[in-house]
Amino acid sequence: MLKTDLIKIQVNGTPISIPQDKRVLDAINLSEQKVPTLCFDERIGPQGTCRMCLVEVKLKQQVSYVASCTAMVEENMEVFTHSDSLIEYRKTLLELTLSEIKWDQKSMDNTTLTNNEFKMAVEEYKPTNFFPKLQPREKVKDENPFISRDYDKCIACYRCTNICNDWEQASAITIDGRGQDSKIFSFFDNKLMNSNCTFCGQCINTCPTGALSNKKLELDKPVEKTKTKTVCPYCGVGCGIELISDGKKVLGATPDFSAPSKGSLCVKGQFASWDFVNSKERLTDPLLKNKHGEFEKISWEKALDTFREKLKGSIDNYGPDSTVWWASARVVTESNYLLQKFARTVVGTNNIDNCSRT
Amino acid sequence: MVGRGAMTNSIEELTGSKLLLVTGSNTTETHPVISLRMKKAVKNGAKLIVIDPRKIELTKWASRYIQIRIGTDIPFYNAVANYIIENKLYDKEYVDTRTRGFEELKKHLERYTPEYSAKICGVSVDDIIYTAKEYAAASPKAAVCYTVGITEHSCGTHNVQALANLGMLCGNFGRPNAGINPLRGQNNVQGTSDSGSLPTDLPGYQKIEAPGIVEKFEKIWDAELPRKRGLTKISAMDQMIKGKVKFLYVVGENTVVSDPNANHAEHALKSVDFMIVQDIFMTETAKLADLVLPASSFAEADGTFANTERRIQRVRPSISTPGNAKTDVEILLSLFKVMGRKHKAEKPADIWAEMSSTSPLFSGISYERLENEGGIQWPCPEFSHPGTPYLHKNQMESGEAGIFSPVDHIEPAEPTDDEFPFTLSTGRRRSTYHTGTQTGKAKGFDKLIDQEFVEINPKDAQELKIDELDVIKVESRRGSVEVKARISDKSPVGAVFMSFAFPETTRTNNLTSDAVDFITETPEYKACAVKLSLIR
Repeated sequence: MLKTDLIKIQVNGTPISIPQDKRVLDAINLSEQKVPTLCFDERIGPQGTCRMCLVEVKLKQQVSYVASCTAMVEENMEVFTHSDSLIEYRKTLLELTLSEIKWDQKSMDNTTLTNNEFKMAVEEYKPTNFFPKLQPREKVKDENPFISRDYDKCIACYRCTNICNDWEQASAITIDGRGQDSKIFSFFDNKLMNSNCTFCGQCINTCPTGALSNKKLELDKPVEKTKTKTVCPYCGVGCGIELISDGKKVLGATPDFSAPSKGSLCVKGQFASWDFVNSKERLTDPLLKNKHGEFEKISWEKALDTFREKLKGSIDNYGPDSTVWWASARVVTESNYLLQKFARTVVGTNNIDNCSRT
Repeated sequence: MVGRGAMTNSIEELTGSKLLLVTGSNTTETHPVISLRMKKAVKNGAKLIVIDPRKIELTKWASRYIQIRIGTDIPFYNAVANYIIENKLYDKEYVDTRTRGFEELKKHLERYTPEYSAKICGVSVDDIIYTAKEYAAASPKAAVCYTVGITEHSCGTHNVQALANLGMLCGNFGRPNAGINPLRGQNNVQGTSDSGSLPTDLPGYQKIEAPGIVEKFEKIWDAELPRKRGLTKISAMDQMIKGKVKFLYVVGENTVVSDPNANHAEHALKSVDFMIVQDIFMTETAKLADLVLPASSFAEADGTFANTERRIQRVRPSISTPGNAKTDVEILLSLFKVMGRKHKAEKPADIWAEMSSTSPLFSGISYERLENEGGIQWPCPEFSHPGTPYLHKNQMESGEAGIFSPVDHIEPAEPTDDEFPFTLSTGRRRSTYHTGTQTGKAKGFDKLIDQEFVEINPKDAQELKIDELDVIKVESRRGSVEVKARISDKSPVGAVFMSFAFPETTRTNNLTSDAVDFITETPEYKACAVKLSLIR
């Protein structure tokens, strides 16, 4: 039998076929049902540390409880995700977890995860009984401009350290200490600027509680925010990003996990993709140089008339090939298509090029 | 030669390759997200061979690092190919059925023995032999990735041909997880070429000089079209200086900062009677213009970008343009209108539909599909076609056999000498981008790098008595800059490195040379001769 051969299993009574190299969590997702997960990020694979995705499986008359992110599917397996005892179990687990941290709705709303499983679990299981709060943790003194850390919100799910070590392979952060003293740490002085950190921001983007957050994002503002899926404005990889805006200004960017880049970004896409958009130095009006060599604001009408007059003068006196047109690798293809079409059909020259050489 | 300037394969496919040969690409700095897939490939068991004059970060993941002398790529890859042929490690069936010119290549490569090339390249004979053995053994799941370290040489096209010869010998074209993959540098450099913004090509890389193409577009556009090939950017600048160019229209490019021999570029632009710049900032180039038109940033643009793996992706507006600025598409439409030639298609979706219908490369891609399916990779000739993760599957895209191109070693146009003993290469660093118009405005980025540095090998620094952060004068035959030194064994002995992201304080391109690739006219940014002197 091949790893990819299909086998039959049931999830809450729904029969499905799934390749036998898949895990129980894949089967649950394939059957369009859900179990909460905390430590799971598909880019780093199963960890099995948080135990939130525990499910009941029945196989050959035997009942057992397994972490669905780690357990493999088996022929004729029956999976139950929401038995009474599992619901009670998850609620207790959440109460224990939440008792250890300082949490609030706002910081969970403000995580950059698109599907925040932690938030969804809290909403689904409504934890009520909490243990006495712990002593507040030590505050982190790290003046890096991008990433802030709040140990009071850390549930030690290890997603950040795993994504840093296994996915980015930057190995900038690790877990230091044990139990309630465990915290995210970077060598040697706990300052990210002095570590291997490249500020790719993936630790922020996988953190379910807001313990790690983006210092540059203006998410706290009480305004209506929209998210727009688009493409990063830097290199040719074309990573998917989502721009957050209040309608007037871009407030920040988060990764688009649904794009082929799977949420990966580098320091530029993560932290430099919007300041320049909002910059006060942006050009806002057509500018014409006067005879003193200074720019003066003019209307579009005047700008276009000047354009026509100068272009016609050049064509009439020196021919279409006295004009040169340079397209930009920074603007949309549609605009460049129009530019070359204009040069060729309206002006009559093939003197069109772009910066792919420079 | 096969294909066009795009990856033959897909980014994600790299994770399943058996061997990655990365050359002339500082991937962790210039394409950080592609470097993640390379690291994943290594984790999955792939061998990684890094061949680069600079000891870049990626070498930490490499199973083999070969520090090649700058500008000696052709003798290296010729010797690798020679060893593969001599030892019959190539894919004979593939060579017989899919390629042409093998015998000529074989004969041509005879003198490029590993011993002969090793001396030219400053590497060991084993470096060449093991690269050959490992590359051949991993084929047809061996992927070559390169960036401008290969192309920004006066023999850049030949460098690529030497790599393509290797790819064809071992059957790495038209196979998954393989190929010859240029990693391209700007968000829409691919789409710009796709759109026909080239002096020799109409949309979809349809050559002006190919029979019937101009006639086809005359029908589609209902206009008479020029037959003569146009001026490339570099030759246009020469014509400007000669006074032959009267009118220049520049969209979103900081030419006087990004182009080589910046003094020359500036002189060229100043020689034009009337210059228009359409941009979002008053760049160094815009300052030279007579008329400046305020345009849209990506955050205001509606349209598509094409990435380095030929994937067309939607760009959607998050906000509207500031003040009286207009989107680039709106500006272009108004140019048509003011010339009395109102453009019929006005919405980006309709403009795309018009453009895509002119070429089988993307005629199967519509905005509706991009909305529903996400990005699609060309070629995609039909609406039912899923797009093409890797090119040349059953035959070369040209429809003909792949042709081996015998190429010879050419030294950089400006070799070092007693007066200018160092080779300067320029490039990018991770947290600064290109001419810095975008990253230069990002809060916090000055904490990462706040000014230009010249990177110099510790041995050279010691000889010249240069300490870390000393101010150095870097001088070439064309100009000089003052810049702080960073002592780093990334730079090989005899070579220094700079970026060009801080034009206000350091005009790196005042140093670079006019030399260009004699085929594509890509400037030789990777090698010009400079001298260094300590200022303080």
